[in-house]
Amino acid sequence: MSNRRQFLKSAAALGAAIPAGAAAQTKSDHDKQHAHNMRQAAAAQPRPYMFLSQDEVAFLDAAVSHLIPKDELGPGAKEAGVTYFIDQQLFGGYGSMARKYTQGPWPEGTPQQGYQSPLTPAAVYRAGIRDTNAYCQKTYGKTFGALARAQQDEVLKGLDGGKIELEQVRSPFFFNMLLANTIEGFFADPVYGGNRDKAGWKLVGFPGVAAVYTSFIEKHNVPYKAQPVSIADITGRLAKVDEYGHPIHVMLDDDQAGA
Amino acid sequence: MTTKLKPVDVVTVGVGLTGTILAKELADSGLKVVGLERGGWRDTHPDFDMPHAHDELRYARRHELMQDLSRETLTFRNAIGDTALPMRQMGSFLPGEGVGGAAVHWNGVTWRFLPWDFETRSRTLARYGAGQLAEDCTSQDWGVTYDELEPHFDRFEYLYGICGKAGNLKGQIQPGGNPFEGPRSRDYPNPPMKTSHVGAIYGKAARELGYHPFPAPSANMTRPYTNPYGVTLGACVYCGYCERFGCEMGAKASPQTTVLPVLMKNPNYELRTLANVIKVNLDFDRKRATGVTYVDSRGREFEQPADLVLLTSYVFNNVRLMLLSGIGKPYDPAANTGVVGRNYAYQTNGNVTAFFEDKVFNQFMGAGALSMMIDDIDGDNFDHTGLGFIGGGWIGAASSGARPIDFHPVPSGTPRWGSEWKKAVSRYYNRAFGITTHGACQSYRGNCFDLDPTYRDAYGLPLLRMTFDFRQNEYRMSDYMTKKAAEIAKAAGASRMNVNPRTGKYSIVPYQSTHNTGGAVMGADPKTSAVNKYLQSWDVPNVFVIGASAFPQNGGYNPTGTVGALTFHALEAIKTRYLKQPGPLA
Repeated sequence: MSNRRQFLKSAAALGAAIPAGAAAQTKSDHDKQHAHNMRQAAAAQPRPYMFLSQDEVAFLDAAVSHLIPKDELGPGAKEAGVTYFIDQQLFGGYGSMARKYTQGPWPEGTPQQGYQSPLTPAAVYRAGIRDTNAYCQKTYGKTFGALARAQQDEVLKGLDGGKIELEQVRSPFFFNMLLANTIEGFFADPVYGGNRDKAGWKLVGFPGVAAVYTSFIEKHNVPYKAQPVSIADITGRLAKVDEYGHPIHVMLDDDQAGA
Repeated sequence: MTTKLKPVDVVTVGVGLTGTILAKELADSGLKVVGLERGGWRDTHPDFDMPHAHDELRYARRHELMQDLSRETLTFRNAIGDTALPMRQMGSFLPGEGVGGAAVHWNGVTWRFLPWDFETRSRTLARYGAGQLAEDCTSQDWGVTYDELEPHFDRFEYLYGICGKAGNLKGQIQPGGNPFEGPRSRDYPNPPMKTSHVGAIYGKAARELGYHPFPAPSANMTRPYTNPYGVTLGACVYCGYCERFGCEMGAKASPQTTVLPVLMKNPNYELRTLANVIKVNLDFDRKRATGVTYVDSRGREFEQPADLVLLTSYVFNNVRLMLLSGIGKPYDPAANTGVVGRNYAYQTNGNVTAFFEDKVFNQFMGAGALSMMIDDIDGDNFDHTGLGFIGGGWIGAASSGARPIDFHPVPSGTPRWGSEWKKAVSRYYNRAFGITTHGACQSYRGNCFDLDPTYRDAYGLPLLRMTFDFRQNEYRMSDYMTKKAAEIAKAAGASRMNVNPRTGKYSIVPYQSTHNTGGAVMGADPKTSAVNKYLQSWDVPNVFVIGASAFPQNGGYNPTGTVGALTFHALEAIKTRYLKQPGPLA
């Protein structure tokens, strides 16, 4: 086993993001160690939730762990920080329906007419979580987060198919928003708080931010296995880049490449 | 409290693909031109710099380069008699906002419509008889022919540096190009794009089935290119982030990379951003425009007098400004009279997702217009006898990037979430690709625009109301095309496939294409067209309405190449005839 592979594996085991340029030996060891320490320190701090209450965090941690579960393929949505991603999205422009049309009146409309709720996404989550917890309390005597996994699965399927009726939002409307945001949080750049350790990108073998593929595009049926590079890897100078800022990829050996 | 400004010769409402070309040419001829743009300034640097410009969440999901719907959107219903409701968030299509318009975030597929497309009605009647057209079909001839537009297609392709392989040079069919295209006077200015793995296996399978595959005409540069205005574009690096993104390489043709660098230096041109035009002002007898009224970012209202008013914004706003200003008679679908709002059409897209067990595609690599296509099932390139529809479209397999939030295909029957879903995503992310069936859309009496009676924009003005649904012609066509696509997928060796022809009611929710057309259509007859063959308003001759709003119906192609050709066609008429003797040109 090469030293590089040992380093990559041990870094991964610590839960640290792997600096994409680490193996390229372009910066001094001191700089790299410093950057590595800073990231470790940042990762060790509890992330401050800005919008979600503790109950809501418990609900979402449980829910997203069903939508994208942790399994033999790797971390799931919960481990990838998707709850935190959703919190940040709801606290920001997305949650308040920035740059979207919010004037009434708000008849429900047809499915073809799309989003017609008077509620912002932040308010949809607040109402959806509260109403689902109320349903769980009534049906099982516990809130969603405290249910057995099989029961949680049953509830999510009930929301997905519209079999569970919620008071303030249509259940599939809430569920579809949750599912869409979970997938976003799993695959979006880690700068938004999800896709922690690039878990989503590693699952599928996506190399991250744009890179130069001018020559490789014509290598047909040859897998391209690179350490994925994020926005912060580039702005934090953890990845080696070309003159336009494209990352110069560090290629992975076959057994490190996941999918 | 309107401030009246110093008169200018020309004002363009919108500073996108059409507005920049017209402004450049007219300012060069000595006219004072003002460009009014409701969005902000943006340019390759710093706005599209790495790494932030290629952030899938920010641009593809949160639509940072697109229209701010909190200020203005449109309302939508499937049919006359339904209640239209506002499009509250982006979905089916993605109009741009800001300098460059949607030509900043487009993919770059740049076609010429077929000669047949410009004479849809007369050629259909001649070949098949009236029975081939639905009774409520209002598709018509354009009033202009392919031959008249050929020099203008050529000018646009050389300006935007289109990369491709000619299939028909002055009537001679060229191997490797599209043999169905209209004759072109010379080849594309740049060679076609490289071939991806997907392109190679799709092309091979299509050829085996007797089709004629060729690389899509692309506005993603295959080499550095200096256009006739002296502006140099960079070379594409196949990074896989075109549609919904700006290009950090300046390698995707857009107003920023082709026209603005010289236009902005012209002292005859003035750009005003964050300037939202709310009305075209007419004189007392409504036969002449006196200029436009706009509101700036401080809420100040200005009147900009101008001799010539060019409506150069997206389809929706071109039509809406005509309706708000009283230019031309509004369309009444019940009586089938009037013209403004008439013949709204769209694109009838279906698709096949092909899954493989023994191949990898690296689909995160690519370019917006990197695609292998066939045109055998387009226009009237095949015999429609007995098929029950007219038209068709291209069928192609693209490698235009595979950003994982939006691209993570799974075979049909896979659950939408959970462990099985995750396994399928992991398994097929790199082992699947899509084949698009990019169908035309005819125009119909009930598909139209008018002003919404209920919902208003940030200035208190009525929103545009869209009434639209697909018809039997489009469902049959999509079914036919998508079956052909499935045959190609099978021949390519797909182990499984999802086959999705266009079915059911049109929905404004899932993305389909930003290929909206019509509403201010061109033609030879003022009873059935809002503008003449030079895109000049029949009613107010110093107003020209430029863009896909002029398409009487939509062909099976992406519209941009034809929009570019119409722009140069109108420009030539303005420069050589209108300016010498202002008045009706037809």
